[in-house]
Amino acid sequence: MQARSLSRQVPVSDGVLTILHHLDLEIASGESVAIIGASGSGKSTLLGLLAGLDLPTSGEVHINGENLFALDEDGRAALRGRLIGFVFQSFQLLPALTAIENVMLPLELAGTASARELALSVLQRVGLGERLHHYPKHLSGGEQQRVAIARAFATQPKLLLADEPTGNLDSATGGRIIDLLFELNREQGTTLVLVTHDAELAARCGRRLRLVDGHLVAE
Amino acid sequence: MNLLRLSWRMLLREWRAGELHALSFALLIAVGGVTAVGFFTDRVNQALTTEASQLLAADLALVADHEVNSEFISEASQRGLTPVRILTFPSMVVSATGNQLAEIKAVAPGYPLRGKLRIQSGESERVAEGIPDPGTVWLDDRLLAQLQLAPGDSLELGAARFQVAAVLSFEPDRGGGLFSIAPRLMMNAQDLPATALIQPGSRISHRTLLAGHPREIAAYRAWAAPRLARGEKIEGISDARPEIRSALERGGKFLNLAALTSLILAAVAIVLSARRFLERHLDGCAVMRCTGASQKQVFLLYLYQFLWLGILASLAGCLLGYGAQWVLARQLGGLIAAGLPAPSWTPLVYGLLTGLATLLGFALPFLQRLKRVPPLWVLRRELGGPQRINLAGFAAGVGVLLAMLLWQAGEIRLGLYVLGGLAAVVVVALLLTHALIRLLAPLRHKVGMVGITWRYGLANLVRRRHASASQVVALGLGLTALLLLTLVRGDLLHSWQSTLPVHAPNRFIINIQPDQVKPLQVFLGSHDMAAAELFPMVRGRLLAINGRAVSAADYAEDRTKRLVEREFNLSWAERLQDDNQIVAGRWWEKRSAAAQWSVEEGIAKNLGIKLGDELTYQVAGQSFSAKVTSLRKVDWDSFRVNFFVIAAPALLEAYPASYITAFYLPAGDEALLNEMVRTFPNLTVIDVAALMNQVRVMMERIASTVEFVFLFTLAAGLMALYAAIAATREERMVEAAIMRTLGASGRQLLLSQMAEFILIGLLAGAVASLAATGLGYVLATRVFHLPYAFNPWLWAIALAVGVLGVTVAGWLGTRGVLRQPPLQTLGRLG
Ligand SMILES: Nc1ncnc2c1ncn2[C@@H]1O[C@H](COP(=O)(O)OP(=O)(O)OP(=O)(O)O)[C@@H](O)[C@H]1O
Ligand SMILES: [Mg+2]
Repeated sequence: MQARSLSRQVPVSDGVLTILHHLDLEIASGESVAIIGASGSGKSTLLGLLAGLDLPTSGEVHINGENLFALDEDGRAALRGRLIGFVFQSFQLLPALTAIENVMLPLELAGTASARELALSVLQRVGLGERLHHYPKHLSGGEQQRVAIARAFATQPKLLLADEPTGNLDSATGGRIIDLLFELNREQGTTLVLVTHDAELAARCGRRLRLVDGHLVAE
Repeated sequence: MNLLRLSWRMLLREWRAGELHALSFALLIAVGGVTAVGFFTDRVNQALTTEASQLLAADLALVADHEVNSEFISEASQRGLTPVRILTFPSMVVSATGNQLAEIKAVAPGYPLRGKLRIQSGESERVAEGIPDPGTVWLDDRLLAQLQLAPGDSLELGAARFQVAAVLSFEPDRGGGLFSIAPRLMMNAQDLPATALIQPGSRISHRTLLAGHPREIAAYRAWAAPRLARGEKIEGISDARPEIRSALERGGKFLNLAALTSLILAAVAIVLSARRFLERHLDGCAVMRCTGASQKQVFLLYLYQFLWLGILASLAGCLLGYGAQWVLARQLGGLIAAGLPAPSWTPLVYGLLTGLATLLGFALPFLQRLKRVPPLWVLRRELGGPQRINLAGFAAGVGVLLAMLLWQAGEIRLGLYVLGGLAAVVVVALLLTHALIRLLAPLRHKVGMVGITWRYGLANLVRRRHASASQVVALGLGLTALLLLTLVRGDLLHSWQSTLPVHAPNRFIINIQPDQVKPLQVFLGSHDMAAAELFPMVRGRLLAINGRAVSAADYAEDRTKRLVEREFNLSWAERLQDDNQIVAGRWWEKRSAAAQWSVEEGIAKNLGIKLGDELTYQVAGQSFSAKVTSLRKVDWDSFRVNFFVIAAPALLEAYPASYITAFYLPAGDEALLNEMVRTFPNLTVIDVAALMNQVRVMMERIASTVEFVFLFTLAAGLMALYAAIAATREERMVEAAIMRTLGASGRQLLLSQMAEFILIGLLAGAVASLAATGLGYVLATRVFHLPYAFNPWLWAIALAVGVLGVTVAGWLGTRGVLRQPPLQTLGRLG
């Protein structure tokens, strides 16, 4: 995955705010990268752009050789369905669906036949085998986060982008989730891009990049 | 902490954040609608009243068989009601060639107070300025022809001689009993003494016409009513011709129906918006409670915000309504000849009060729920969440609405029907939605049976059970209103107008002798006036009911007294006329049936006649009795010949009868009448074309004003529909954006939304067709007294509009998501 000269500016009341400034990033397949930085430095913004969830002011992102921003919304969605798993900082579970239905959703959208079995096994792996039929509003913050993570890698994506995946977890559960992520990285060659404040998690990644003033600086 | 100031600042903040736009907009439209309808119906009602007063030539008439006490006149003058006195009496009019009995009308300057006289002198027909000059008279063309006079000729009336100055072609107040109309001569009241016709004992009708401000008229009426002596009575606009009265009443009901509907739709929009407001503020409230605000403070904070908002939005709504009614009035153009009077200020007060009362009445339950949110809500949604809205909480709102309805409509029955219908719609919608959800819910777990998109739609429907139910209620109500307004209204207006068919008889012929029946039928038949039915008419007087002699003193009502005192027209028939309907007993089927009576239900009620009673009549000096074997309902609006009391042939056939008929004479065929009068010189032809035209024009005007007013209500209905769709729009957009992130294609997104929309639309359509059918039936039969015709299209259209409307609206609402990057839809991520 490549990002070239990526910029993102947003209009604010007194002019424009530059969040990302001609940022370049290259991540090889199977790598694990931690993005760290102060609060408000633009980590979530960057992650959103890498997944094609937002449009940059300028610059390009190539995934598997495909130019993300040359595609239309439908094209980007299809590409995400095939290749990318995304964990939102605020989970974004669908409130109408139970935990297992939330995890099944991307599988079903992709037309996977054994969606229920797959979703079940993933939920068991994140320790939520007992919570399958609970609705998000009946789950704690950490549980919701684990459902969100389960949903992101249920489709066995080539690229997993996770925004503070352990932010709401105690160290024991957090540790298990981290193990899980790196298992995936080892077994299936999944590329991991993690935004995190967790030093332990950052330390386990192959590379650590710090976002300062709209640029990435290697640690 | 100054809550009032804080609430104002919070309101401004919420406004900037866009939180309150939908609610304010709904309220503004609602108040705008209500006031526009209020202003407009107020003006239209005033205009209609003006038109109706033309039929009386005044706003109020004091009618007496003697000269009334002068205090009636002086009181009226004191109240600024400009009294004008007119006298009418029968008298012979003599010309060089013959003489003729005519009805003389002596009028004073100022007559007519309402409407205009039209005369013809020379070639042109024009509006008369004033009344006949002293020494001159105006004659109608019938009298002119009978006396073989022309303008400029002279004639004798009593002891005086007059010159014919013009042909009187139209008198606004030429109503009265159709069959008593003798030809007319109009003179100046100044000339009365010279005729020496006013003698003690002569049959004179004294009318004092009054006109002025409605309030003064009402006050005068209240003052005069208890002072009336024997032989004196008051006629108001609503006592004018019954056809006009029923037209006015029905028109008024239509307009009120429009106003009521827009008010209810407003309430629907408010409930939906307030509900949304509640949902969005639960978190904020819980946080405020966490930071130490008391329940009361939280409640007052929001209450004040709503008060500010209510006042501002209602004021703006009043302005909108005021503007809108000018547009409406302009659109009406010259439809109301009398011109619309300036709007009064009452609708403004009404609009303001309605806005505030409706907003608070329907938003308070939500605010109360907001206040009860436990601080813990912030942490755990599922724990101790505020109780669900208690429907009883809306009792206050419904009460306010009911009070408003009664105030505006002044009609308890109409108000109750509409509210009852509303309650039924709500209950049916809730039941249907929950039943359907229970039925469909298991399907979502059956993978393979229904596609992912349908399952997702179903899941949403189930989760949003309460929101979905209230959406179905709102959509159902909105659709019901639209259906009522478009289809049912069309049907109602149509069946109303068809009560006066285009070719309704416009000429009556009376005084036909039995030996003329055949030749006259042949004559009419040879001029394409076939099918003219001739009815025998026998003059009779009611002597006794069940052997007990009747006397005028037994009855309170003047009309009834008169019926008992005088002879009136009886008829006999073999067949039942097709515009008559038996409501009790049975019609005799055979010509040879035994002697028996059939009585019209209205007069039967007035006279206290029941089925099976024995009526004794006196005809031509002989008296005889027979039983009443049926009661009939008669459509008096039809302008056809009808009789209160009909006998089986056996009973009356032997008595001397004259015949009467009514037929339709196309305009321009008047020459035929001359030929007829030449062939049958003794016949009297009565022309009711002008009168019917008045009725028809009035009906048309009322119908088109109603159409315009309904148009506005339609907008209110669309607002309610919009609020219903908008209530879950943002939620849907967020969900769509998440599904986008997970790789959903545009097609999948659309389908999953459609699934939910189609179900909601179907439910709403079904609820609406049920409700519109039921309400249409009740309105037609109970309120408007019109025949009800079931319209099967209603169902097809309701379901189609429900599904299509909701899906298209929903699609329009979420379409944007398809072209937007998901993060832009989701907004900033925390
Ligand atoms: N659409 C937007 N409009 C205005 N400002 C924005 C927008 N998106 C992001 N920002 C601003 O850009 C900056 C970076 O936001 P971002 O969410 O990427 O930060 P972050 O590094 O993820 O912070 P945190 O660690 O707190 O999650 C913030 O200051 C934020 O206020
Ligand atoms: Mg962030």
